[in-house]
Amino acid sequence: MSEVKIMLGNEAIARGAYEAGVKVSAAYPGTPSTEISENIVKYPEIYAEWSPNEKVAMEVVIGASISGVRSMASMKHVGVNVASDPLYTISYGGVNGGLVLVAADDPGLYSSQNEQDTRCVARAAMVPVLEPSDSQEAKDFMKYAFELSEKYDTPVIVRTTTRLSHSQGPVTLEERCEPSDIPYERNVSKFVMMPGNAKGRHLYVEKRLKAMSEDGYDMPVNRVEMNDTKIGFITSGIAYQYVKEACPDASVLKLGLVHPLPRKLIEEFASKVETLYIFEELEPVYEEQIKSWGIKCIGKEIFTVQGEYSANMIRKAVLKEDMELKAPAQVPARPPILCPGCPHRSVYSVLNKLKIHAAGDIGCYTLGAVAPLSVVDTTICMGASISTLHGMEKAKGKDYIKNWVAVIGDSTFMHTGINSLMNMVYNQGTGTVMILDNSTTGMTGHQDHAATGKTLKGEVVPAISIYHMCKAMGIKNVVEVNAFDTVELEKVIKEEVAKDEVSVIITKSPCVLLKGQKFTKKCRPIPEKCKKCGMCLRPGCPALTKNADGTISIDETMCNGCGLCMGLCKFDAIEQVEV
Amino acid sequence: MGKQTKNIMIVGVGGQGTLLTSRILGGITVDAGYDVKLSEVHGMAQRGGSVVTFVRYGEKVAEPIVEEGQADVLIAFEMLEALRYAHFLKKDGAIIVNEHRIDPITVVTGAASYPENIIENLEKEYKVFKVNAMDEALKLGNSKVFNIIVLGVAAKHMDFSKEAWLEVIEKTVPPKTVEINKKAFLLGFEG
Repeated sequence: MSEVKIMLGNEAIARGAYEAGVKVSAAYPGTPSTEISENIVKYPEIYAEWSPNEKVAMEVVIGASISGVRSMASMKHVGVNVASDPLYTISYGGVNGGLVLVAADDPGLYSSQNEQDTRCVARAAMVPVLEPSDSQEAKDFMKYAFELSEKYDTPVIVRTTTRLSHSQGPVTLEERCEPSDIPYERNVSKFVMMPGNAKGRHLYVEKRLKAMSEDGYDMPVNRVEMNDTKIGFITSGIAYQYVKEACPDASVLKLGLVHPLPRKLIEEFASKVETLYIFEELEPVYEEQIKSWGIKCIGKEIFTVQGEYSANMIRKAVLKEDMELKAPAQVPARPPILCPGCPHRSVYSVLNKLKIHAAGDIGCYTLGAVAPLSVVDTTICMGASISTLHGMEKAKGKDYIKNWVAVIGDSTFMHTGINSLMNMVYNQGTGTVMILDNSTTGMTGHQDHAATGKTLKGEVVPAISIYHMCKAMGIKNVVEVNAFDTVELEKVIKEEVAKDEVSVIITKSPCVLLKGQKFTKKCRPIPEKCKKCGMCLRPGCPALTKNADGTISIDETMCNGCGLCMGLCKFDAIEQVEV
Repeated sequence: MGKQTKNIMIVGVGGQGTLLTSRILGGITVDAGYDVKLSEVHGMAQRGGSVVTFVRYGEKVAEPIVEEGQADVLIAFEMLEALRYAHFLKKDGAIIVNEHRIDPITVVTGAASYPENIIENLEKEYKVFKVNAMDEALKLGNSKVFNIIVLGVAAKHMDFSKEAWLEVIEKTVPPKTVEINKKAFLLGFEG
């Protein structure tokens, strides 16, 4: 009997790639896609890398595909924006070895800056999309995606969502197939996309989509489950599970291929049911197409475009059940916060004291926007901190940004921040850029990058020096400071923001959650010395609580002994002890 | 247990080990031959935020989440989180709650206050089983295993044998911590 294993959706995607015979994988970490690469790396048969950003990752796998092997890129939905330049054009060119892009959307915004729907991008780029509904399908659809890619000469997107990527379910394992490499032949009309060639390919792309739409009628990933015909649902992805949960007796057309749509199959199904509901999370992507064919159906009139779906949503809106649900208790919110001992907290406590605004970026340090730190004023996308600060200066003049800095992490700087810094230098900006270097990609769970000196495979390689890169751009003022040396940090920030030149301050201290570190100290309050001033509480360290009498307690199971609170106490009422 | 799907929720504060606990639970249900689905939280919300993981098992499980009004067992590693998710319970559902308080940042900054008498109030509406797992874990010499003590208490309300639990713990936790985790489990299970 074949082995069955409980797998995370992302783990199953990796397994599918392995079984499909993938040889090259490239990615940039981003929730909810990160664990795909972290599982791919367990298969020695696959070359796998963290690329500096999603555009590079996409181009790496395009190269691998052109050379004739099966290759895949994986990224979160907003990463697809970064990769969209090569994606839109390789859609014209097509593939040699199968090429799959796994795009992980985040309905409900568990860990993202927007809630965009990759299927919209796929329609614009004219790339087919498969949408699995559980871990087993995540694996199976990956393999099918490679078949489609080679059969129809197209990159294929496998679209997952947070709920699918981070749910576990049983998966039947199969052997890896080893397709032979497809021979490389120079083919300028396919892979040199200058206008003359691209015109021809554009026509091919239209033909390809039409063929897939027709063939979708009997593709195994599209499935009709005829039951009671009073109610019918057209659905896909995780939403299918909610339909099965709420209406096990309804008829369902479960779409696996969600772009291009199998029109004939949909028309047939629609004609057999009395009331047709379209149940798709996020945008009305197939709903609008189906309505444009004159088919009567109900979708976004009763189902939201925002957030995740549920079975209860169907019970309420379709079945009109009185759920008699209890109201949730009114309780204080518990938003995510920086960890105890986080070096970002130290940097932000200094910026807060100096009343400096920060143009922010994407990472744990985005949390510097919330009270009590309240330093970060803007967060748009990866790398935007430096360029938005530059834009402010160009709009309002250099004096306007004397109480502003840009803050960006080391991984985000390597991702796309570096371009923005080049621009600031080239176009005579005078901004101060703080690179919060914690030696890892923190938020996504500690992935390496080009400046850490380690690869996804764990090989030790020369670390690219952020300091020397900044120097090489001709920036005179590049200063490295220990993130916890608040006295030095305050001095340096004051000096650098005052200058009429570009400055880079690199604050250094590893992420407190990075493995291999030993914390030998704890901070302990000395109540008899405490004047109850509350200074130590200002940075909002979660290990500290204020007692009823105004003194403080420090939770020793949480404290890492960073000493930030101790440094803020003017009365020596906190000590550091060895443990 | 029959064909009815059983719905379990594990709630707490990011970093408290809800993931490990849900994987142990998932493991034991698979070993017992059930269909099972687990849903987890990764990424930003893990950083000290409110986290919830779901475990559903039965003959055939479709959705991976537990919805409001459907949980059979709510395992809470922190009191405020027990209160936050209590309305997910069925009428006869049970709460296993760790008598531990972690102030959310909204309370630390004074923007909100930590509710009083959480457990007493929950007891008015639900079956509540409380345990001071943090103290017990410290007695064992490792505060981190408190979550497995809570799991041990919850296990009393499920239909798996002691041996099955110990076996799945051994398979799931890091090898160096097997013994202390087994001890922690038994402390909750037999205590």
